Amino acid sequence: MATLNEHIVSSYEDELTTLARMISEMGGMVEEEIIRSADALVKLDHDEAKAIRAADKRVDEMQQRINDMAVSIIARRQPMAADLRMVVTSIQVANDLERTGDMAKQLAKRALQIETLGLAPKFYNGVKHMTQLVAGQLKAALDAYAARDSAAAVEVCKRDDEVDALHTSLFRELLTYMMEDPRNITQCTHLLFCTKSLERVGDHATNIAEAAYYLETGRHLSADDSARAKR
Amino acid sequence: MSLDTTVETAEPVLHPKMQGDKVSVFYSGKQALFDVSLRIGANQVTSLIGPSGCGKSTFLRSLNRMNDTIDGCRVAGKITLDDEDIYDPDIDVVELRARVGMVFQKPNPFPKSIYENVAYGPRIHGIARGRAELDEIVHSSLRRAGLWNEVKDRLAEPGTGLSGGQQQRLCIARAIATRPEVLLMDEPCSALDPIATAVIEELIDELRENFTIVIVTHSMQQAARVSQKTAFFHLGKLIEEGRTEDIFTNPRNKQTQDYITGRIG
Repeated sequence: MATLNEHIVSSYEDELTTLARMISEMGGMVEEEIIRSADALVKLDHDEAKAIRAADKRVDEMQQRINDMAVSIIARRQPMAADLRMVVTSIQVANDLERTGDMAKQLAKRALQIETLGLAPKFYNGVKHMTQLVAGQLKAALDAYAARDSAAAVEVCKRDDEVDALHTSLFRELLTYMMEDPRNITQCTHLLFCTKSLERVGDHATNIAEAAYYLETGRHLSADDSARAKR
Repeated sequence: MSLDTTVETAEPVLHPKMQGDKVSVFYSGKQALFDVSLRIGANQVTSLIGPSGCGKSTFLRSLNRMNDTIDGCRVAGKITLDDEDIYDPDIDVVELRARVGMVFQKPNPFPKSIYENVAYGPRIHGIARGRAELDEIVHSSLRRAGLWNEVKDRLAEPGTGLSGGQQQRLCIARAIATRPEVLLMDEPCSALDPIATAVIEELIDELRENFTIVIVTHSMQQAARVSQKTAFFHLGKLIEEGRTEDIFTNPRNKQTQDYITGRIG
């Protein structure tokens, strides 16, 4: 799709721009939250973990603001075609971002629950690596959405397999540590829940990428995939 | 892809009630419509949209040869109704217009009684045999137009005394009284308030069971609400046609997209 011209009604154009900017802003907030919470987990930084749990309220408020704006645009402007897809997907993306924020909150909660003085690096290295991977996925998905880039969105969806593979391998690894020494069980169980949360972040990133694909093409990626598979 | 020659089309209409094939219309030599080919499916509502002067009304008017009444108007190409060429010299234009009825933008009831407004067509076309049958046609047409309950006790009163929305429904009753197969509507709701518009839109949906409907509208929301097929015209050309759902969620042509989203083309 070629770049869109501006609306004749400039206030409408402004509202759509504002909506897109709010999504970017919320995306930035959540990206940061994930990285900070993983960091707090690794360092067992309880103060930081508490700060993150408080910050998640801002993310929730942002979601409400985005939903209100989208509903207001639908009611007053009756958006069509690409505009309609933009407004509808903004509600979806804000929802995925809010859920991602919840996952960050989960990581912070785990950081508060692990009461040992520190985690052994061999325990948290995998989690750190997985955090980098899913944070990269989230950023790539948000970039694809902002740029309406369906090719980049497809790449994000393909890379979700890497996240799943890493999740499986970390599961085995943590299980091994638990079998080696039962004193590891508490920490490793907490970390297992953390990897599960990170894996879900990866799924939300995929959802956002699918929304980006739909935004640009007007078609669903899964439907296009199965059509390609039949050929 | 050349914008001049390519028309975006979805899956073809399999059994068109009417079909335009490379229709061009000239007003005193000035071309207003360029090679428009469009199939109009039976028992469907087809909406024609586009900016003023795009040729949508011109195309609509060529479907029942209303353009014949304009001096210096010439139609080229072929238009068929049930595979019959409606511009064939052997075609009786009066009979054609009974088969392809029309409702206009501004309600235009005759300055006669409500009853006579509806009875006029069937009478001159000799559709009714006797008073009882004519009564039945008038009643059923008013009922189908959703006007019966409001006027049944004052059929002898002038049609011009009704409200705008009622007058438009009277005109629809008048149009369907001759039992047309196709109903052409040229912005039938543009002079009506939202409630009267909703009543007409509900009516259009019901009439679809028995008629093929082509509607010209400036309200894109209306096209989206009432039609199954939408055709977008621009500068006398058909730019894109397809399922209404697709046109309004994911048009393939950029000009269509710009128009329906309210952008500067």
